[in-house]
Amino acid sequence: MQSAIRVRELTKKYDEGTSGTLALRGVDLDVRPGELLMLMGPSGSGKTTLLSIMGCILTATSGSVRIAGMEVVGLREKELPALRLAHIGFVFQGFNLFPTLTAGENVELMLDLKGISAAKAKRRAHELLEQVGLGEKYASFPADLSGGQKQRVAIARALAGDPGIILADEPTAALDSHTGRTVMEMMSELAHQRGRAVVIVTHDSRVLHFADRMVKIEDGAIATENEPRVVPPGLLAQNFSQAGLIPTEPHGKF
Amino acid sequence: MPPLAQRNLFHDKVRLAVTLTGIVFAVVLIVVELGLFVGFTVTTSGLIDHSGADLWITSKNVPYVEQGVAFSERKLNQVRAVPGVADAQKIIAHWTQWKRHDGSQESVQIVGINVDDSLERPWNLVQGNVQHLKDPDAIILDELYKQKLGVARVGEVFEIGGYRARVVGFTRGIRSFTTSPYVFTSFKNAQDFTNMREDQTLFIVVKLAPGANLEQVRRDLLAHVKDVDVLTSAAFSHMTRFYWMFTTGAGVAVLIAALLGLVVGFVVVAQTIYATTMDHIREYGTLKAMGAPNSYVYKVIMKQAAISAVIGYVLGMIVSVFVVHASQKGGAAIMLPAPMAVGMFFLTLTMCIGAALVSINKVTRIDPAMVFKG
Repeated sequence: MQSAIRVRELTKKYDEGTSGTLALRGVDLDVRPGELLMLMGPSGSGKTTLLSIMGCILTATSGSVRIAGMEVVGLREKELPALRLAHIGFVFQGFNLFPTLTAGENVELMLDLKGISAAKAKRRAHELLEQVGLGEKYASFPADLSGGQKQRVAIARALAGDPGIILADEPTAALDSHTGRTVMEMMSELAHQRGRAVVIVTHDSRVLHFADRMVKIEDGAIATENEPRVVPPGLLAQNFSQAGLIPTEPHGKF
Repeated sequence: MPPLAQRNLFHDKVRLAVTLTGIVFAVVLIVVELGLFVGFTVTTSGLIDHSGADLWITSKNVPYVEQGVAFSERKLNQVRAVPGVADAQKIIAHWTQWKRHDGSQESVQIVGINVDDSLERPWNLVQGNVQHLKDPDAIILDELYKQKLGVARVGEVFEIGGYRARVVGFTRGIRSFTTSPYVFTSFKNAQDFTNMREDQTLFIVVKLAPGANLEQVRRDLLAHVKDVDVLTSAAFSHMTRFYWMFTTGAGVAVLIAALLGLVVGFVVVAQTIYATTMDHIREYGTLKAMGAPNSYVYKVIMKQAAISAVIGYVLGMIVSVFVVHASQKGGAAIMLPAPMAVGMFFLTLTMCIGAALVSINKVTRIDPAMVFKG
């Protein structure tokens, strides 16, 4: 099966020059459709840089990144938005909803970017909000929604573009346990039921059992990677715990 | 497109109020200054534009209507003998002194006409009759200057250039660009009031016969009448306007004030739109991360600027119309012709769109990766 994301020998250097910071050094990674991969690692390890490059919002210094089979390293900056729009949906830690738009309009905005007519976008936004259990919140503004509801709207918005890849940055960090579990169940369903490649950057040990695979980044390189689905999800956390990636006494799980 | 621009704009009402205040201020300032410019310009050449004449004959090198130099009135017969001339009349337009009842003096501009002729008659007469100017001491002046000249009503008697003058009527809205009001009277009275010799005139105005060629008649007059200039009314009007508006610097000062209004408006709008953009910078970063091209983000900002422009223009024009209306009762008329009102709309739109370019420049540089930072 072709990888949704294929990364080879990826390096990223900030502030090019002799004194530049090497954020990623020779990263190889594949993410398959239907897989939920978690990127972990300490702050400054390079995981967000990797996510940004896979999301085509940051350019690599060298190496190869293929998104849905298309090489993106070397593409001009103005070619990247169309690529993001076609293949990638984002879910952010801070939700990044537009506060002056209703939940429905936030979703419609993505559909508008895709060139879908206003009437169709309205219908589709209703459907997507229904799918995340927020059909009745169509006309609510983000300020009137709970954190979990906001993240579900953000997921609906990400899905509106019908992307093959979902990239999420700490999607549960701002949520309580119950809400975080709901969000992770949605992410899991996106991968396993709908065949999306889902990559999640997280520090949240409570969500690890949702992962098909976990990758630990340290100092810009992959330090630990377990094989996808070779062990039951519940054991993944244990493996990573032994690898020192998560606390031996986790705070719990969703 | 979901109403992102409108919502962002109306979300912060205080900032919107500041933006609109800036635009309204700019619109009113520009309208007032440009309106004054137009009003002044029209006023300077009012005598020429309302004369009904096709050609003006002056002494050599007269730069504007207030600067006429006397010449022999016998040239009138030479003018009338030129083919294509249907009518020609002597005209005097000259400064002299008006003595008020309290003994103080005011400068006035005497306009001496042939009362039986249709050329250069006082227009917008609201009281009295032009035929009354046939009386040896009769004058008509504009009601705008009643207070300045100490006139209360028709029938009052004053002294002009040492001669008796009796008010027989009033006009409305005949302004003088200078501080000297126009006083219409008969040609004979005007000679007395201005101490001009009986055989002299300052101008001869010419009405062409139907079908006569203006330029041909002008050339014929130059050939047949010596030591004069023959100017079309349009040319003389332009010379007079140019003199007062640019040679004296009066028009330039007004135009500079209008330009200042534009600059102030631009700065205020640019600052507030920029501040609004910065408030929403993370949203624009999110838009770009989602895959929106720069053009999509530009549209949002441009739309905000355009909405601000339309609302600001409408409010500004409402205020301006009141100001223009109020000015009609004063000595300096502010004019707001329809083409200027339409032009103001596009100027306001251009100002706001131009101001938005500062924000667009900022948005262009947004790194969409900012969405992953905090």
